[in-house]
Amino acid sequence: MKSRASFPRVLGRILTYVLAILIALWILAPIYLIGVSAFGEKLSAYTYPRPFWPAPFTIETMSFFLKSGGVIKSVQSSVIVAMITLVLSTLIGAPAGYTIARFIFSGRDAFRLIVVSTRSFPIVILSIPLAVTFIEWGMYDSVYSLALMHTALALPFTILITSSVFASIPRDLEEAAQTLGCSQLEAFLRISLPLALPGLAAATLFTFVLSWNEVFAAVILTVRNRTLPALVLTVLSESQLPYRFAGGFFMMVPSLIFMLFIRRYLLNLWGRVTK
Amino acid sequence: MAEIKIINVQKQFGKVVANRDINLTIHDREFMVLLGPSGCGKTTLLRGIAGLDPVDSGSIYIGDTDVTDLPPRKRRIAMVFQSYAVFPHLTIFENIAFGLRMQRVADQDVGKRVEAAAELLQINDLLKRYPAQVSGGQRQRVAVARALAVESEVLLMDEPLSNLDALLRLEMRAELKRLLKEVKSTVVYVTHDQIEALSLGDRIAVMKNGSILQCDTPLRVYDHPANEFIGSFIGNPPMNFLQGAVEVSGSKVNVLAGGASIQPPTSVEGILKQKISSGVRLGIRAENIEVVSNAQKDAMTGKVLVVEPLGSHNMLTVMVGDQRVKVNAHADSVFQPDQTIWLRPAPEKIRWLDVESGVALAE
Repeated sequence: MKSRASFPRVLGRILTYVLAILIALWILAPIYLIGVSAFGEKLSAYTYPRPFWPAPFTIETMSFFLKSGGVIKSVQSSVIVAMITLVLSTLIGAPAGYTIARFIFSGRDAFRLIVVSTRSFPIVILSIPLAVTFIEWGMYDSVYSLALMHTALALPFTILITSSVFASIPRDLEEAAQTLGCSQLEAFLRISLPLALPGLAAATLFTFVLSWNEVFAAVILTVRNRTLPALVLTVLSESQLPYRFAGGFFMMVPSLIFMLFIRRYLLNLWGRVTK
Repeated sequence: MAEIKIINVQKQFGKVVANRDINLTIHDREFMVLLGPSGCGKTTLLRGIAGLDPVDSGSIYIGDTDVTDLPPRKRRIAMVFQSYAVFPHLTIFENIAFGLRMQRVADQDVGKRVEAAAELLQINDLLKRYPAQVSGGQRQRVAVARALAVESEVLLMDEPLSNLDALLRLEMRAELKRLLKEVKSTVVYVTHDQIEALSLGDRIAVMKNGSILQCDTPLRVYDHPANEFIGSFIGNPPMNFLQGAVEVSGSKVNVLAGGASIQPPTSVEGILKQKISSGVRLGIRAENIEVVSNAQKDAMTGKVLVVEPLGSHNMLTVMVGDQRVKVNAHADSVFQPDQTIWLRPAPEKIRWLDVESGVALAE
């Protein structure tokens, strides 16, 4: 009787695992296959069914991709754009998020709505006038103007994520710090900021990935200073299949590493309690 | 010296007046309880003293300093929050040390004082843990230790026991009382629990709708409530209130209530004589009514509605006319519902109130 009673529970657990494995496969399988093709022999990319191992393992394709014209330079551009975007959107977005979370001011809800509504303009519509404006200002084809564009794209998310992060930190904590000798700023720096770090890290990660992957504005706003996605889109579409895999794999790597690095921070900080 | 003086303090949130022209002086080392139902403005007043919500007008003095416009950190206060507000990213040691670190106390002194505060609250063996790793009751102790460690002249407590379960609350209440006698701070303690107020306070300020209705020692507040609201808010069961008619024959004054003719103490006869036309309201506590088994001149006639055995005594709900009266009867008394009994209130324990306003008549 006892084993029968626990049967549904066991089944439920098995189902949970099956689902988890399916979801993981759904995400991991393409990544893995791209990796196999990127590190396999050139010809293996055309075989069907695809080999399950990159046999023989070779970095020939990868190194060819990396050495091909402009890749290294575009990686530099991408990193610079992403970093500037990250810094700018955090500097602007986090205080805005904090304000929305902590202070009640007239027009707060309207502000929140307007922030989101900026995303309702398609980048297509924004990019052309922006390109014209940047040409007029002499900022066209520069990583800085693209970083500004990416900041504009990232800001709504940064503001909303950080505001919910700060809203989840009880106000009492800051007030307690104030009664114990902190100014408002000190209370923020010593209490709210450390507690918000995991959430802020998530927002930052999001911004970085958003900028790293953004391709449309990058194609329109840059010509010689292409970011990696823009380069991959314009150059690799005309190149052979193995190099496309190499390019795809290379683009994924930073996001994956960044995610792994920040994941521990997101989940394990202070025994998962940030209440 | 940390006498707290609150002068004409007013605080409004939108159209809601949370504190209405409050005047209160809390003596040095006094334990003052702000008591009232939720929304009465007691927490607002406490936060005003703390400087967390600046007051709209009026002024607050701590000692000789006008702190009205000072930020919390310059008021020499410590506060215990209802939610404990223990910092989750710091160890218990660092939580308790937080105020001392802000005062830039030397490391070795910090260690000593944290140890001492932890000792007082019996949490010395938890110092290396994080708040998430201890129980709610222990977190509450951390919050108190953190406030005590800074040895401030004023200690503010906002319903510190309300999140504990009943047994723990009882235990912690007694412990707080012992602790706070030792620390010699002026304490302002907010609660909506009248038993907590009675058991802890040197004085109780009873608040309602943003005003202080009465501020007196627990016994006075219990025995001599300033009005009907206080009488029914404090004490369990609440004070009984009955309608009475004043009758004067010659020099003698009698009050007729519930079929009894009660002879009031001579000290109130003068006032009662002015109430012949309006009548008077009698306030009497359940323990000051004696149950008698036969009709007497000064006993009210009533019918037993409910009998509740409470161990130490039986609580009776009795209908006197159309009014319900709670009476404490002896634990081994035997009463049945619908039984007719007679209730004799102790005349010297009766509080005499104005019928219209419910305010106690001066004695």
